[in-house]
Amino acid sequence: MTGVRSTGGWIIACSFLLAFLATSVPLSGWLGRFWPDWVAMVLIYWCLALPYRIGIGTGWLVGLLVDVGRGALLGQHALAFATLAYLTVQTHRRIRVLPPWRQAVSVLMFLLLKQFLVFWISGVIGYPPRDGWYLAPAVGGMIGWPLLFVILRDARRYFQVT
Amino acid sequence: MAALKPSRRIHYLFTVNPTATLQLGLWVALSIAMMTVDHRYHALDGARDVLATALYPLQYLARLPTDLQNWLSANFAGRAVLLEENAQLREKQVFLNAQLQKLTTLEAENRRLRSLLESAVNTPERVLIAELLAVDFDPYRHHILLNRGRQHGVHVGQPALDQQGVIGQIVRTDPLTATAILITDPNHALPIQVNRTGARTLALGTGNFQELELPHIPNNEDVKVGDLLVTSGMGGRFPRGYPVGTVAKVEFDPGSPFAHIVAKPVAQLDRIREVLLLENAPDAAQPATPTPP
Repeated sequence: MTGVRSTGGWIIACSFLLAFLATSVPLSGWLGRFWPDWVAMVLIYWCLALPYRIGIGTGWLVGLLVDVGRGALLGQHALAFATLAYLTVQTHRRIRVLPPWRQAVSVLMFLLLKQFLVFWISGVIGYPPRDGWYLAPAVGGMIGWPLLFVILRDARRYFQVT
Repeated sequence: MAALKPSRRIHYLFTVNPTATLQLGLWVALSIAMMTVDHRYHALDGARDVLATALYPLQYLARLPTDLQNWLSANFAGRAVLLEENAQLREKQVFLNAQLQKLTTLEAENRRLRSLLESAVNTPERVLIAELLAVDFDPYRHHILLNRGRQHGVHVGQPALDQQGVIGQIVRTDPLTATAILITDPNHALPIQVNRTGARTLALGTGNFQELELPHIPNNEDVKVGDLLVTSGMGGRFPRGYPVGTVAKVEFDPGSPFAHIVAKPVAQLDRIREVLLLENAPDAAQPATPTPP
């Protein structure tokens, strides 16, 4: 990164902001059950696209803000998102070459792990999940991934985020 | 720009970040430390206050689509629909006014009788109206975020109601927002009384918006499906006599000492919009007042 200026930070910030808003939309029924965590997916995208710029630290910070926004334990999503960013950055070379629909499988694995971590911590503080539905947003994330990927890729190219 | 690109590419193609695992370890350790401090000692409330205030505009923004939809449906409703609604409301108001008249006399009588008995007087309570900002994303944790906070005089332990009955209580306050725990949260227990018989028990949350569990009611106790449950005022948090739920299922198991009783909350906890926060109830100031036999 020596001497190379990073550009388009505001696009990254905006994408996280929009993802936070999208995740907060109160939905009911099936859509609400499978409604993915868009913030986690946007984080995965930027870790894949700009692994030298967006990584564990950013993931942790975003997770902390999510914790505050959701009224969760401070550090709960921070831990999960840092782990998510770590996994994505470590494997980004293998995943990035795949077409979006095949990337979705890896994304599903990452999101399942993230859900597991978040709910594991919830279980420790006395809110164990009552059934398997807490994993449903990860499946929703897999379905939504190709769409999100195309949108963010086009945004990244258009605004030349490097 | 174009000339710079190759150097960037070389930079990250051939460099494996050697400290990534170490970094992860540090961040995870920091998270665990923070969670412990937050959960056990509540020492991070100041930091949370600052962040929550910074995030408030965002949460407000997230609510905008819902608000907009409400505004649109309110402004573009058909004339006939509005007229009908108006007529309905008028009818309801007449009905409620009639009830209110009765209530005024009853309240006066109650006060007179209570003063005769020299017991605590139930003065009217002050009420603060708050709107729902967000719902907890964790489907098993029934916490809601309200748009009133310490600045508006909200404090921890304040009972929250809606038009139908008790919904929960405040567990955390930030400068501009407050978090309430619902009575159906698995970690919430509410002291209640069966209105018909006066039998006292607790209403435990189950994590399901439609279910409350009533433990420790003996098999021979007189509880029927449809019985109204009201707050008993024990514990000093909730004032006495607010409706909580109705008994939905009673199962007597001869093998166990207690009946299995499930109640349904009267408040519609999964579609809350406005919440009434009671100012500290006079009953709460005197939790030791014995209930007359």
